[in-house]
Order: sequence, then C-alpha cells, then structure tokens
Amino acid sequence: MERLHEPGPEERFLQTPGSRREKLYRQMRLIRRFEERLLRQFDEGDVSGTTHACIGQEADAVGVINHLRRGDVVFSNHRCHGHFLAFSDEPKLLAAEVLGRRSGVVGGRGGSQHICWESFYSNGIQGGIVPVSVGMALAEKFSGRQAMATVFLGDGTFGEGVIYEAFNMASLWSAPILFVVENNRWAQSTPVEKELAGDMVARATSFDIEAGQIASTDAEELYDHFQPLVAGVRESGRPRLEVIDTYRLCHHSKSDDKRPRQEVEEHRKDDPLPKLRARLDDSAAETIDEEVEERIEAAFSWALEQPMANDEELVDPLVEAAP
Amino acid sequence: MGTSVLKSLNDGLHQIMGDDERVVVMGEDLLDPYGGAFKVTRGLSTKYPGRVWTTPISEAGFVGVASGMAIRGLRPVVEIMFGDFLMLAADQLVNHAAKFRWMYGDKVDVPLVVRAPMGGRRGYGPTHSQTLEKHFLGVPGLAVVAIHPLVEPGELLRRAVLEDRRPLLFIENKKMYARSLRRAVNGQIGPMEVFSNDAVYPTMTLAFGGLVGGDVTIVAYGGMVEIAVAAAERLLIEDEIYAEVVVPTELQPFDVQPVADSVRRTGRLVTCEEASRAAGFGAEVSARVCDESFDALRAAPVRVAAHPVPIANAPTLEQKLLPDIEDVVSAVRMAIERPDSSIRAGVG
Repeated sequence: MERLHEPGPEERFLQTPGSRREKLYRQMRLIRRFEERLLRQFDEGDVSGTTHACIGQEADAVGVINHLRRGDVVFSNHRCHGHFLAFSDEPKLLAAEVLGRRSGVVGGRGGSQHICWESFYSNGIQGGIVPVSVGMALAEKFSGRQAMATVFLGDGTFGEGVIYEAFNMASLWSAPILFVVENNRWAQSTPVEKELAGDMVARATSFDIEAGQIASTDAEELYDHFQPLVAGVRESGRPRLEVIDTYRLCHHSKSDDKRPRQEVEEHRKDDPLPKLRARLDDSAAETIDEEVEERIEAAFSWALEQPMANDEELVDPLVEAAP
Repeated sequence: MGTSVLKSLNDGLHQIMGDDERVVVMGEDLLDPYGGAFKVTRGLSTKYPGRVWTTPISEAGFVGVASGMAIRGLRPVVEIMFGDFLMLAADQLVNHAAKFRWMYGDKVDVPLVVRAPMGGRRGYGPTHSQTLEKHFLGVPGLAVVAIHPLVEPGELLRRAVLEDRRPLLFIENKKMYARSLRRAVNGQIGPMEVFSNDAVYPTMTLAFGGLVGGDVTIVAYGGMVEIAVAAAERLLIEDEIYAEVVVPTELQPFDVQPVADSVRRTGRLVTCEEASRAAGFGAEVSARVCDESFDALRAAPVRVAAHPVPIANAPTLEQKLLPDIEDVVSAVRMAIERPDSSIRAGVG
C-alpha cells in the first residue's frame, strides 16, 4: 500500500483557517465549479466518453468525508468527483485524469469512474464495490488498525443483490463501515418509485444494521448529523447505514436528462450552494468564490498542458505470457 | 500409497497459515468438524481460529470481501465449494479484482487466491460437475492455474498465496483429490521421461526416451492429465505411436513455448480438455501453436473435449459425454491417419 500523506480529511478540515461554514462552502464551491468547468471542457471536446456530475449533491460529500481520518477507506461509485475532492483536495489530479492525461490520478487509465488515491477508491459497477468495501473495513479491523470504511451507494444500487450479501456479512462479522446512501430519487432515467419496493432503512435494519435517514441538502446540517454517526462506527466497530434524501440537479451522465423540467426546477430551491452562501458575509463569500476560481483555472490549465496517456501504459509484465 | 492431492493441499494450507499471519481462509462450510465440502480445509479452523471465515452462501459477496481484504494487505484464500458456483462471483473477478491493479495505475495489488474444484465423473449432475475455467481464460489481470498430480499442489498453492501479486484462480479437480501424486523417480514417471521448464507454475513435458522427436504432441491440463498420459502409453503399445504429453499448469497467461517446441519435434497437435470444445482451451492453444510453429504442423490440430450438453447425472451418459482415454487415443489416430480438415469434427 502507498504511504499516506498527512493529514487526513478531518485533520485538514479542522486545521484550515476560517469558520466551519466558510470551509464547507469553499469545498462545495470547489466541487461545483470543478464539474461546471469539466462540462465546459466536455463541450469543447476535451473529455472522452462521458462524465457523471454530482451537481446538487455536494453537501453529502462534505458532510460525511470531513469526519474521516488519515487511513480511513472511502469507496465511491461512478459519481465520485465530489467525494474525491472532499477527500483529497486535489483538483489538478482529477482534472488531468478525466482529461486522459498521464499525470492524472491513475495516469488516465481509469477516467472519472475508476480512480485510486491513497485510501480512496472508486469503480463503475453498481453494487460490486459494497462487498469489496466490507472486506476493506474487515481488513483494517483484522490488522489492528483503527481505520474504518465508508462506501457511497445510491437508490438505484438497491437493485443489486450483492449489496444484501455484503450487508449480511458486514453485520455478521461486525465490519466498521458506514454505508452512505445518496437517494437522489432517480436511477439514471428511472424514478425511485419504479425501482424500489419498500424502504431502504428497513432493508438495513433487517440485517441488524443500525440505520437512519435524513432529508437534507444543508451542508452544516449534514456535517452535524454525520459527526456522531462516523464516531459511532469507529467506536462500536459495527456497520451503520444512513440514507440522505437529496437531488441531482444535473443529468445522470453527460446530456441525458429527460426528467420533468418542473420537478428539477422545484429542487433548485434546495441547491446546497446558495443555501449555505446566504449564511456567509457577502465579502467572505466573494473572496472564497474568487479563490476557488483561481484554483479551478490553475487545475485545468495545468491539466490541459499535461501529456496525454500514451501507449507505454499498455506494457504490463504481469499480464504478458509467463517467462 | 503415496501422498494424495487432497493431503498435499491440506498440508499446504496448514503450512501457509502457519507461515504468514496475513493469510485468511474464507468459504462455505469450512469450520471443523465438517472442514469444507471436500475436506481441503480440514483442521484449519481448529488450529487457526479467527482466521478461517465460514461464510453465508454468497459467492459474489465473499469473493468481493476477500478482494477488498487483499487490497488492504491481507492474503485471502477463498474456497468456492463447487467450481460451478464461480459464475456467481464472475462480476467480482472480472469487473473488480482483475482490473483493480492496472486500472488504479499500479497503486494496489490484489493478492487474492480463489480455489475452485471443477470437473465431473462423480455423478453430481449438470450444475456440480462442470469445467468452467475456460470462461475466465483471457481476462487481463486474472491468472488461472490448474493443478494435477505431476506437481506438488500444496507447494503451488503456497506460491500462489504468498508469492503472487495477482488475483489468481486456482483450479482443482474433484476426481483428482483422491489421486496419489505422481512424483518423478530418476526423471521418469512410469515409462515416460519428464522434463520441466521450472517455471513458478511449471509446464511438464513427458516423452518416451527423451525429447528426440515423436509422432504427436498431446496437450492436457488438470483433470485430463492422467487420461492423456494413459492414452500415450496405450498408443505406444497398440499403435507404436510415440506421443509427447505437454502439461501446462498456468493456463493464463499461457506460455506456449513448451507446446510449440514439442510440435516442432512431432508435427501434430491434439489438445485435451474436460470442458466443451467451443471457444475453449484447445482453441486457444491451437491458435497459439499456429502463431508460433505453423510451419511445423503436418496436420490440422484436433481438439478433444466434452459433448456440448450439460453434464448428465446418469453414469452411462456422464461417462459417454466426458472425454476419456479412448477419445484421446481416437483423436491421435485421426490426427495421424487423416491429416486433413475433416477430422476436426472428430471427437466430442
């Protein structure tokens, strides 16, 4: 395993100067502006394939991840930009990765859905990351390290059977893992009413996993809500599941949004960014906005100057025929 | 009676767990006194409590759990009770474990070993008798090793668990568990001389009277190895056909060189597998031999394989549909007598 940088997300958050409110807003602003810039680069033809933005869900990332410590495992999914930026604070590396550059998080091999940085991982298969994360949590415990794992899943992921196998084993074997369910009400183009019977919290509690639900896009509220939950997993060494009812204000992946326009517009009043910005002094907010603009500009200018991943990447001695 | 394959594996696991505390063993019904469906893990849970995890019936789930453990520094060994159930874990193997290292820019290793007993001839019927590893050949990043009684299975398992960085399928064979190891004595196994390429997972070449040239190269792995050797002995006695038997142990990545070298000496190729023929091991070996030594082939390669139907429960049907000594003998005779393409419809 790689050597870890100091400090972890929690320590970095606490050490950063400014009020908690300002810091949460700065992080969310970075995530939002990163993705907006990324979508612009997409339109300019710089992004290959597609990209999944988390616009509208930024409060989840900062509400949860700022409580995690150095060495804690995070496993994220296809919609991982917010989680990654909250965990790493490395917009340059992510920009380079999504733009297919050699200096990206994983050298352009993964793109935005498949990255690894220190103890942060993501993969693009629904559900399959959940047992892997349980195994990671158990390995931390087995090895006597004090770390825990957090895995992000969505309402759509509840259709994958393997997550129930993972819940079962997490509970049976007391894995220190937090399952964070971002219920954004839409699995790609399918509304939750058409993909989910019953209740997500009840599914977890039926495995003897403590579970709860919060409807919020308020970063401060989520930060306060998750503080004792993360501490609880760490102290009890038991799994916990928490559903966040949120909303995706953007497409699922680039340019594929057929949801009712009115519904989307109604949810804009819950946009986590203006909600938190309204609680800041104008001048403080403006300063943060400018600061973030500079970082985003620097990250993307840097990334666009990096060499593309080239075919040296394709030489893999471990996959070639035996000697 | 010598050491059985089962004992070699069981002894190997005991030693591996004793040597390295990072090793954990996981699978269904592993705890003593039951000790696993085929008893490969017998005694481990008594000796190493806390490191043997008996699981719910959740192949996808626990292969995923083990994969996560491997990334975070443990050395998990997973047992799939019947190899057929590997298909339940295919997503974890193909879309997760096999990809992680490369996809993550070589920042992680996934030293995961998944053991799976394959094969029929025990009357277990369509869903407990298959030979399914061909579906996992050709998945970049996933190694596939198949043991047989000519190697030390416990030692190869130790290499896979403690010395290999790759996620690895370790293919065993149900019928083979009770077989005794066939160790070479003075470089001979029975009437055949044995040559090994000394790879980590070695390829053995067996020949009558040294590598001096013969009539045909028979390639066989796993449960087909002893059948191929028996066929070679019969062909010599009945037909005076000199066969070389090449036995690879690592199926993926596949080192074709020992096979290609043998074909250069014999000019003919017969491949053997217990699975059905289409898109299988024999097809890959034939293609690779054509790449390496096409000019040496004097006849079209022949593939020995199972009939393409589910493995029947009735012994008369099972016996008939799985390839046996007689099928290998016939295939070799056809390869030698009829060096034209019509023989390719031959066996199975």
